[in-house]
Amino acid sequence: MHTVLQQLVNGLSLGSIYALLALGYTMVYGIIKLINFAHGDIYMLGAFWGYYVINQWHFSFWPALISAMIFCALAGVIIEYLAYRPLRNSPRIAALITAIGVSFLLENGMSYLFSSNVRSFPQAIAVKQYHLGSVTISNIQLLILVVSIVLMILLQLIIKETKMGKAMRAVSVDADAAQLIGINIDRTISFTFALGSALAGAAGVLIGLYYNSIDPLMGMTPGIKAFVAAVLGGIGLIPGAALGGFVIGLIETAVQALGFSAFKDAVVYAVLILILLVRPAGILGKNVKEKV
Amino acid sequence: MRGKKLATVLGTVMLAGSLLLAGCSSSATNGGNKQSGNTIKIGGNFELSGAAAAYGQAMQRGTELAVSQINKDGGVKVNGKKLKLQLVQKDNKSDNSQVASVASNLATQSKVVASVGPITSGADLAALPNYTKAKVPLITPGGTQDSLTVQKNGKVQPYMFRSCFEDSYQGKALAKYVYSNMKLKRVAILADKSTDYAQGLTKAFKKEFKGQVVQVQYYQAGDKDFNTLLTKLKGKKFDALFVPGYYSEAGLIVKQARQMGITQPIVGADGFADPKLVQIAGKKNASNIYYTTHFDSKATNNAKATAYMKAYKAKYNEQAGTFDALAYDATYMIKDAIENEKSADSTKIATGLANLKNFKGVTGTITMDKKHNPQKPVIIAKVENGEEVQATSVK
Repeated sequence: MHTVLQQLVNGLSLGSIYALLALGYTMVYGIIKLINFAHGDIYMLGAFWGYYVINQWHFSFWPALISAMIFCALAGVIIEYLAYRPLRNSPRIAALITAIGVSFLLENGMSYLFSSNVRSFPQAIAVKQYHLGSVTISNIQLLILVVSIVLMILLQLIIKETKMGKAMRAVSVDADAAQLIGINIDRTISFTFALGSALAGAAGVLIGLYYNSIDPLMGMTPGIKAFVAAVLGGIGLIPGAALGGFVIGLIETAVQALGFSAFKDAVVYAVLILILLVRPAGILGKNVKEKV
Repeated sequence: MRGKKLATVLGTVMLAGSLLLAGCSSSATNGGNKQSGNTIKIGGNFELSGAAAAYGQAMQRGTELAVSQINKDGGVKVNGKKLKLQLVQKDNKSDNSQVASVASNLATQSKVVASVGPITSGADLAALPNYTKAKVPLITPGGTQDSLTVQKNGKVQPYMFRSCFEDSYQGKALAKYVYSNMKLKRVAILADKSTDYAQGLTKAFKKEFKGQVVQVQYYQAGDKDFNTLLTKLKGKKFDALFVPGYYSEAGLIVKQARQMGITQPIVGADGFADPKLVQIAGKKNASNIYYTTHFDSKATNNAKATAYMKAYKAKYNEQAGTFDALAYDATYMIKDAIENEKSADSTKIATGLANLKNFKGVTGTITMDKKHNPQKPVIIAKVENGEEVQATSVK
């Protein structure tokens, strides 16, 4: 029994990272219907930023986390401005391919500049283990869980309660109509990218701290899995992304716990295929018919 | 119009064909690269940038040091004449298509008579066809994959050699060491499923180990979370954990295992032999770790190794490591082969390398077996609190 509980803890802490990443995917998709494949690489940028400010400028953990969020928000806005904005009125496939291109640019650019070697992330917070009965949980696992939940609640508040949030929702429903009533679409979309990228940056620093190893290609697999999580929960829906992230984390853990460790990734992708076949709108999605 | 196009295409094909034939016939007549003039040209197919750059640069330093020492001592003796070595080196960017074109360039343009590197097994496989075509022997300091020196039909690759031992050799050595020296009977394995390297190690270990393999679990290169697998293992009874894989994942496994309270010894192969392992795992966690290595400053009591470490330190102001030592040996093996065969033609060097016996290198005494694998001692290093505390040489 205690192993099951322990695996549950493992699954949740893994899932919270996927959830943080999935939120960025889902927000951008919700607003401009673009799957931003460079999202996983923004997460990598966040981890590298954390690495440098802690090592070079001797930041402690919280300033590193917050500055990484700001840095990634800027990076996200710049990428949107340079790569996606000129293509906003082109076919969706053009923007999608550009997103893949940006992803490659970030991965290989970082490998070129900083070498593709694995680096050990500075330990800004000493690891402590708490034993609750037979379950062990580390302070960093708790931190990841708490920070992600706080950020998700904050995000929900921004979207539901602020004027900018209202503008985002309006643009996502009908961009032209939103523009007619005086919403600045460019600013709204930039803001969306900033928010999503800030979350990815936070995830990057948290993961760096948790696993103590970062490299320029670290965003690839988690990025794709977070995409699966977003689709699973219902792409475009913020609560769906959070739910999808936790579900994917738990599925991965369960597969390994049952002894099929070799098929861990395969199962996650099989889930993607299944969900696309059976319920393309995702767990929380409603089946909306598109007018043609 | 259409007919004209067809004719052009046919013409081009025929021209290309005749060129190809011409290429074939010229290489068939000369039978490898002949040495000429007062220098012996050897090639360096080095990973100077890209993913394997750390290994490639070590290989470059070891080779350069060997070449400069050989030349300082007068050069290589061939038929009473002393010839100087000339190293022609190129960066293959750790990219397999570059590896192949560098190989072809070195063998056909620069006319080298032997090549040191590339260093990874995958790159060796990419380079070998071009070297074989030109009949130039390739000697790798780090390609440990078993199948590297063997053709598909089971015959040995005539132009492939290595100065390191192969995967199964170290897998076997580890199995023996764990059972006989450490006296541990139950082993759990956590293996990298995505590399031939780890699979070869796992297979060899399982075959040789006389105790019981309690459980085998798999992960993939690039994985970062091993808590689930380790939680599962923690409930089982085992005396040691064997992790065939590279340091980037092994470091994380060590860290997460120790944090979870798994205190059993963790053993690995030469994929552990990198300071990054300790950096990733954390000093405190990196205890009770054993791994095989090709070269170690603590285990060697041979004078050659001591002299090598001194010379390396003097030239590069750095501690000598595994792969530069293996590259250094590779270069001296070429020298020995030339002197034994009394010729620096590429085909003769291949014969010389295949017949190498009791070669005294810095990584131990080497004798080539029938499959071009060096027979030499395996060194097992032990790490406590992030520091290497002990190294034993086992046969």
